[in-house]
Amino acid sequence: MKKIPVLSLLISLFLAGAAFAQTAASPPPKVDSGDTSWLLISAALVMLMTPGLALFYGGMVRTKNVLGTIMYSFIALGVITVQWILYGYSLAFGPDIGHVIGNLKWAGLSGVGLDPFPGYAATVPHQAFMIFQMMFAVITPALITGAFAERFKFKTYLVFLILWATFVYDPLAHWVWGIGGWIRDLGGLDFAGGLVVHISAGVAALVVGKRKGYGDELMPPHNLTMTLLGAGILWFGWFGFNGGSAVASGALATSAFVVTQISAATAALSWMIAEWAYKGNPTVLGAASGAVAGLATITPASGFVGPLAAIIIGLVAGALCYYAINLKNKFGYDDSLDVVGVHGVGSTWGVLATGLFASKAINAAGNNGLFFGNPSLLGIQALSILSVWIYSFAMTFIILKVLDWTMGLRVSEDQEISGLDISQHGEAGYSF
Amino acid sequence: MKKIEAIIKPFKVEDVKHALTKIGVQGMTITEVKGFGRQKGHTEVYRGAEYKIDFLPKVKIELITTDNMVPQVIETIERSAKTGKIGDGKIFISPVEEVIRIRTGEHGKDAI
Repeated sequence: MKKIPVLSLLISLFLAGAAFAQTAASPPPKVDSGDTSWLLISAALVMLMTPGLALFYGGMVRTKNVLGTIMYSFIALGVITVQWILYGYSLAFGPDIGHVIGNLKWAGLSGVGLDPFPGYAATVPHQAFMIFQMMFAVITPALITGAFAERFKFKTYLVFLILWATFVYDPLAHWVWGIGGWIRDLGGLDFAGGLVVHISAGVAALVVGKRKGYGDELMPPHNLTMTLLGAGILWFGWFGFNGGSAVASGALATSAFVVTQISAATAALSWMIAEWAYKGNPTVLGAASGAVAGLATITPASGFVGPLAAIIIGLVAGALCYYAINLKNKFGYDDSLDVVGVHGVGSTWGVLATGLFASKAINAAGNNGLFFGNPSLLGIQALSILSVWIYSFAMTFIILKVLDWTMGLRVSEDQEISGLDISQHGEAGYSF
Repeated sequence: MKKIEAIIKPFKVEDVKHALTKIGVQGMTITEVKGFGRQKGHTEVYRGAEYKIDFLPKVKIELITTDNMVPQVIETIERSAKTGKIGDGKIFISPVEEVIRIRTGEHGKDAI
């Protein structure tokens, strides 16, 4: 008779214990205000990089094309924002289909609310993660415009933005960052977009054809002060680009921030020195270009490598990218603002460098690279690079060819002569 | 009446203007121009692309003067615009058919 109360006691204790274990095992995701504020600030920093890019490019083209060039970047803010909300975010980060793309379950941000989505970021509202990623989607196609500056038809460009975002950016983002994406599952490391942003843009830059008069006419930059302002803004924004990719505020964000600065600085110096030695002058454009190359290069590595590695990565980036842009003249293609040489080549080195210098001591969720005892990562990085190069080139080529046949890519010869500002927008950048 | 055009180095504009007004020249027009003679240009390099800049910035001064003032004006310009280094410029003299002052309708020497 005395056993029954003891048994009931034991059963109730067991049930109470089980209930307690259930709540302890899966607490509801809690929004951290530090993480959220850093992510939102980072999203704003990355947004600022788009007008920064507009100025960086704008200063390098001729006066008659300054507004048209700025507009290529600026309007991406309009078009890609809408595309991202309607279906882009879902394709990139939504539930996986076949390891290559997301589905449309999150179209119109359905299900993307203010509670965290722990799969991507456990301590911030899901929409904070979404809006941060949006800014990357905005700036990536704008980067490509550096390759076909001064000759791309605006109407066609608007369509190009939508098609490229849908068929290149969103799939690549899914491969590298989406849950179920094949490069992510393979262990490919790309902290903030070396593969997804810089290589894809750099490769896409090869298809459009030379500017009229290229090689004969003088086409020097019309306002390098504008370019330098843009470079400074890009550098500033990049702290959000890389630091924000930690999706949290704390040690990893700090580490990414620090190596970003180091790589930008050393690359600026090494480009300047390489140019000084090779051509006899330390140019301001060279220092700015070097800094941008260093930033593009450290992007994939920023959450995985340490400060000393960043010095080496930056030094190589500056000199390597300087050499790469000189090859342009040898191969005879007109990549007007050096997207291939700076972003394509730089970031390729950056993704490979991740395979060399990555260390779990910096980021336990990453991996070790070759110099930290794990040669296999380098192979994975190389495979990732190759597949992104091939996919981006092939898909961009197809998109541009289709657009060329249907709408025409280039402005007419007369329009190219009178300039984009007047022919595409009916405006003049300057009226002195 | 004669028209005197002088192409000079831009930093010499103030000196030339000052010297001309001192000898009684009451007006002139300047234009910013580009040009070259025997003075070579320079090379600018932007990201590996070399640009040979032949046309250098100059200033063109135009003024109208009476025939008897011409020697004095030329000597004044030569003296004040000269640096002795290549690229100092040139002076051209051409005849002028008529000069009219818009405000008053005066013609000829009275309009200078």
